[in-house]
Amino acid sequence: MTDLSIDIAGLRFKNPVTTASGTFGYGEEFLDFMDVGQLGGIFVKAVTGKNRDGNPYPRMAETPSGMLNSVGLQNKGVTHFCREIYPRIKNFRTHLIVNVSGSTVEEYVEVAARINELEAIPAIELNISCPNVKLGGMAFGTVPAMATEVTAAVRKVYGKVLMVKLSPNVTSITDLAKAVVDGGADAITLINTLLGMAIDVNRRRPVLSTITGGLSGPAIKPVALRMVWQVHKAVHVPLIGLGGIMNATDTIEFLLAGASAVQVGTANFIDPTVSLKIISGIDDYMQKNNFKSVSELVGALNTD
Amino acid sequence: MHFQKVIRDLTVLSNIRLNDRHFVLDLMAPDPLPTMLPGQFAQILVEHSPHTFLRRPFSIHNVDYHQNTIRFLIQIKGDGTRNLSTIKEREILNVIFPLGNSFSLPVTGKVLLVGGGCGVAPLLFLARFLNQNHIHPDILVGFRTKKEVSEIESYAKYGNVQVITDDGTEGEKGLVTDHPVFQKERLDYRKIYCCGPEAMMKAVAGLARFHGIDCEVSLENTMACGFGVCLCCITPTDKGNERVCVEGPVFNTNRLNWFGS
Repeated sequence: MTDLSIDIAGLRFKNPVTTASGTFGYGEEFLDFMDVGQLGGIFVKAVTGKNRDGNPYPRMAETPSGMLNSVGLQNKGVTHFCREIYPRIKNFRTHLIVNVSGSTVEEYVEVAARINELEAIPAIELNISCPNVKLGGMAFGTVPAMATEVTAAVRKVYGKVLMVKLSPNVTSITDLAKAVVDGGADAITLINTLLGMAIDVNRRRPVLSTITGGLSGPAIKPVALRMVWQVHKAVHVPLIGLGGIMNATDTIEFLLAGASAVQVGTANFIDPTVSLKIISGIDDYMQKNNFKSVSELVGALNTD
Repeated sequence: MHFQKVIRDLTVLSNIRLNDRHFVLDLMAPDPLPTMLPGQFAQILVEHSPHTFLRRPFSIHNVDYHQNTIRFLIQIKGDGTRNLSTIKEREILNVIFPLGNSFSLPVTGKVLLVGGGCGVAPLLFLARFLNQNHIHPDILVGFRTKKEVSEIESYAKYGNVQVITDDGTEGEKGLVTDHPVFQKERLDYRKIYCCGPEAMMKAVAGLARFHGIDCEVSLENTMACGFGVCLCCITPTDKGNERVCVEGPVFNTNRLNWFGS
């Protein structure tokens, strides 16, 4: 009998497979395809203080083994989330974690305080790493002092599990990881998308309306793994790894590198049921290799 | 109305090449197909290439609930469609369907269907559906050249078909909006349904608006997921940015900001 459950900052997840914000909507879109209650958790689409229309079309470019997006945090704001969306999803039998985004410290604090009141939301993921909005997001995620400041400000108003999602678009990922731990983060999610671009040679124009966008998919997996491994050695909070996970083998790589759980992102677009396949794949791997608890895999990479 | 979406492995029943750029795929399901309506689309997984990472969206060309088959009319545009064009009978394709909304039905009175190039794809299913609802539509289809004119007999079963080609090698010569159908002083259609290149749809929508006729178009924005979560395929509407894959692909042109505000 294998035990897939895992503890992250005092929160028990039934398994280490969750879905990444911006790739799983509010979970409702997947009900035709699967029982979302089988997931370890769902990181719901980013919520900001006010309505955001996001960036103009085109927002997506397919790239070798991945894709670029420049959605730009399109959402209807925290009030709409609390009144309209939360009541519809609060009874999902999995951890619902809200991705909190903003442009200013005040906006992050306002949204976090509102989400703090929602009983069925046991954690938030502070998004200081969105590459697709001009004001904010990534600025907080690239300057350690700013990362500490926004994390600490949210920490004051948010009493439950505080996760912070890091950007890979930095020189030293460990400096940022230490900065958010200093600010009071309970766990770290990494990595957000890598800043990239695509060009249409026939029109001699960028493919995306915003010129640059965030790269996701298997193309970024090696970068994500390296960063998880570096951060695992540098800090002592649990990590949730993501970046190009397509199957159980990818997931186990992240666990071995030091992640306590993973988020499945872009793969949801291709196979909406991929997370369930990953859960059973981890179980198979554990049985074959005689692991009893998934926690035995976390950081079990042998580098000797 | 909610349509149950499914993910199915479908078997290729036939892959028929129409011309240099177009082919028709018939796919068969092992079990009864879910209900679908004209205008809806499917996301087909194209495997075996790092350059075809995402699924490819195609509108449903026709459905046969007795044989459990779905038909797609596909234009070869890039690696994904080129890869699909070589698929053989009995091979398996993984398909998510039916996705998106549909053309608004039923309607009464005279209606016109306008298709350009591969944009004719959803109009066959629509023409058949209208026919089942006792409407015999006028159908205007535009192609680049005679070599690309195809399946006219299929449309003719359900309506009065007229053809126009860019180079005049079959039917009238010019763009669909140059066709005599649009040259009357007063158009007496209750509705115009249109699918094709965006410039064509905008021109047709402009004429419909001029004549005070309701017009619905099927948009083809690039999309990642096809079921409403990635928010990549949005189009600006009177309700802000809406998803072409969920609130669309069919939009009434009065709701799009094509004519300025």
